[in-house]
Amino acid sequence: MTPLASVTLRAVFDWFDDRHHWTGSNGIPTRLGQHLSICAVSMFIACAVALPIGVALGHWRRGGLIAQNIANLGRAIPSLAILIIAVPIVGIGPRPAEVAMVALAIPPLLTNAYVGMLGVDEEIRDAARGLGMSGWQAVWRAELPNALPLILAGVRTASFQVIATATLAAEVASGGLGQYITQGLAVRDDVQVVCGSLLVVGLAVSVEIVIAGLQRLAVPAPLRNPTRYTTDEQLEESPDGNVLDLAA
Amino acid sequence: MVPASQPWIRWSWVNSHLHLLRSDLWEHLQLTLLAVGFGLLITFVLAALARAWRPLEGALLALTGTLYAVPSLALLALLVPFTGFTTLTAEIALVSYTLLILLRNLLAGLDAVPGDVRDAALGMGFSRWRTFTRVELPLALPALFAGIRVAMVTTIGLVTVTSLIGEGGLGELLLDGFNRTFRTEEVVAATLVVALALATDLVLVAAERLLTPWTRRTA
Repeated sequence: MTPLASVTLRAVFDWFDDRHHWTGSNGIPTRLGQHLSICAVSMFIACAVALPIGVALGHWRRGGLIAQNIANLGRAIPSLAILIIAVPIVGIGPRPAEVAMVALAIPPLLTNAYVGMLGVDEEIRDAARGLGMSGWQAVWRAELPNALPLILAGVRTASFQVIATATLAAEVASGGLGQYITQGLAVRDDVQVVCGSLLVVGLAVSVEIVIAGLQRLAVPAPLRNPTRYTTDEQLEESPDGNVLDLAA
Repeated sequence: MVPASQPWIRWSWVNSHLHLLRSDLWEHLQLTLLAVGFGLLITFVLAALARAWRPLEGALLALTGTLYAVPSLALLALLVPFTGFTTLTAEIALVSYTLLILLRNLLAGLDAVPGDVRDAALGMGFSRWRTFTRVELPLALPALFAGIRVAMVTTIGLVTVTSLIGEGGLGELLLDGFNRTFRTEEVVAATLVVALALATDLVLVAAERLLTPWTRRTA
């Protein structure tokens, strides 16, 4: 086993400083582009599928059990399994990774959208109805803005997990930043492994920060006080307002 | 790549490899139980520390949150230079992913213990330690169990990833199926992982009902 002594700060710095690592089909820009593309495509599809369903179920106040079971099932199916099984069905390239990442992103998106809509005060719903809003208008103008913090928290969690897990895409030759880790593990190039990991963590954290910023901007100023959303005792929520688990 | 014409499952292979399936399933379960067990142990210590000295709570949650944020393959890859392609490497990664889930739930459960109950215990002459172990912990059990369930299911999924460093129970089967382009192996492995997760979850639900009989009376 190579001792970690081979991975010095200097070696890591040199790896990033090497201009061969910044060009060509295995260069950082290419791999980063592949990684981001896989994540963006899968997040877009997952949002398009999960958010309308979560919002609708939350608005109608039903189907909670279905939402929770889908979320639990989603957690139980390993991304690696989906990735591997998807290869012969959707072909090589980025597609298998996108399929696996869509499956990974749907549970947190769905749960948060459902719980967010469920958590909207009955008074707000009443007021919307009292103002003569139709069901559609009430959802769009009253309930969604109030549910937005939790919905966005779901988007944040999902994209974070997707960026981190898309690392596995390299296992089925779907490209992305995981390529450095997979290659590095295969040829026991510890420096490359460490640098690949740093790139993934860096990307995940940067995107997390961007979405956290969007989260603040997208929520109307009067609603920015998060305490109203975290006191509901039915919910197990993390400090960032994200639903970790629906209490059974 | 598996040719599209290959059947989803070849029962003859399953029948002739039951022994392998059983040992991989068992290894998968062992890796999971070890990880969640150690995770629980560490969580209890951390929770006790956080209770003894409040300012520690935020720091511990931040620390475990950071660990949780590192991609699993990256964490495994980063550990390999230190601990090699070993079970230890796999377990360090798996345990660190359980910590945030377990600690957050246990602390939330402890926070929800009514002050009156704590006062009553202290008033009856319980020491702080006895109050913690005999009164607060049992009352925090439902919240903790919610955490254990999530941690267990998550870990069962993550164990498959440890196959990439040569561990991984059913994950090895999955990877082997991929490398040999043998679909049956992939499908059986994935099905067993999901089945294991669902079965474990059911066992935990039953265990929770047994351990917290008082919650049923009100429900």
